[in-house]
Amino acid sequence: MKLDVIFRVAAKIFIPFMLVFALYVQFHGDFGPGGGFQAGVVAAAMVIFYAIIFGLDAAQKIFPPRIIELMVPAGVAIFAGVGVASLFLGNDYLDYSPLMHDPVHGQHIGILLVEIGVLVTVAGTMVAIFYSFIGRGR
Amino acid sequence: MVLLTLLAAITIGIVRMRNLFGVVVLGGIYSFLMASVMIVLDAVDVAMTEASVGAGISTVLMLGALSLTKTEESVPKHLPLLPVFVAVATGAVLVFGTFALPPFGVAETPMNTHVAPYYLQNSIPDTSIPNVVTSVLSSYRGFDTLGETTVIFTAGIAVLMLLKGKRHIKPGPKRRRVSR
Amino acid sequence: MDLLQAIVAHYNHWIIIFLMVSGLYIVVARGNMIKKLVGLGLFQTSVYLLYLSPGKILGGTPPIISAQFSVYSNPLPHVLILTAIVVGVATLALGLALVVRINEAFGTIEEDEIFAGEEDE
Repeated sequence: MKLDVIFRVAAKIFIPFMLVFALYVQFHGDFGPGGGFQAGVVAAAMVIFYAIIFGLDAAQKIFPPRIIELMVPAGVAIFAGVGVASLFLGNDYLDYSPLMHDPVHGQHIGILLVEIGVLVTVAGTMVAIFYSFIGRGR
Repeated sequence: MVLLTLLAAITIGIVRMRNLFGVVVLGGIYSFLMASVMIVLDAVDVAMTEASVGAGISTVLMLGALSLTKTEESVPKHLPLLPVFVAVATGAVLVFGTFALPPFGVAETPMNTHVAPYYLQNSIPDTSIPNVVTSVLSSYRGFDTLGETTVIFTAGIAVLMLLKGKRHIKPGPKRRRVSR
Repeated sequence: MDLLQAIVAHYNHWIIIFLMVSGLYIVVARGNMIKKLVGLGLFQTSVYLLYLSPGKILGGTPPIISAQFSVYSNPLPHVLILTAIVVGVATLALGLALVVRINEAFGTIEEDEIFAGEEDE
């Protein structure tokens, strides 16, 4: 394709910003709109964008399917693990107050950890689904 | 109101169009309009999700599935009288039901006075997080979100099971069931 | 004047019902499976609107606490619908995967043709 070079250059400019935007959405979700679900989808969209422009093989070299498939259960494990941690620290399941000495601070940390778990699962699932659809077509 | 009317217009387009490629593209437009409506309804988090999920990911997935199947829908053999009747009857009953609903934008409905004020008042003292949606999502209703994450996990695993393995047969024009 | 007030008060409900009914119509009337999934998506988004629109309070702002505002829209439906959207796309992917496998097994994604092919055997 003639226009290919434009796509490639534009993608190279865009992709770092998309990743930064995903992280911004993730960690600024406490103060503005955002959170784990949106950040996961934006991160997955970055991988899909890369795979569309540079081809599936190039994308799978950077984000190997094995790691992506590991991310799917890892996020649920992080989420449930935070719950179990608060259980062992002498409180109810998924009550984050005892994670730090200050209950309010503990809640904040707990929410951050849980959102990371959501991010990992959502991003992993979306990319894994995309890989399996595209891998099927060849 | 204008946005809602546009949504209805796009819906008519989706119902009438037979080219599935066009349907998917109209679905993307529909999702962006839906996200705009959600911003008007003050649901900024949801609008962000709908714009990235509905217009981004699901359009890509639909196109991926279309590339593996056909893009043209066949013409039905008979007029869809029964479905039209079912749809119109359901719609009429539901429209009749709306007259008992509270009008748009009123603050004193049961839904807005039950548990929402508690979240709005206690989010800052409990969690020091100003975005109430995030604190309700992860803290007050953390169990709910754990369940949702598990659903996504399960759906992802199921898709991998269905599509990951090697293809055993070639898709052919024959309509015979092929045993494995 | 009464009619105009009724329209303003219930216009959102009527549009939601229209979207829902057209989703239902597509699911019932169309044999093409991808079209059916699009219809299910329409149905689903109409339910999102049904949840979100009563939570809006006229004159309210998005539920992000700030000293400058005192009236906020209801945050609870936002939470429910936020997760529902992401779960919706995961289940949509599952449905599409099933459609792809059906296409591989039968060579078609039209319901009528699949039934016809089964009767031949």
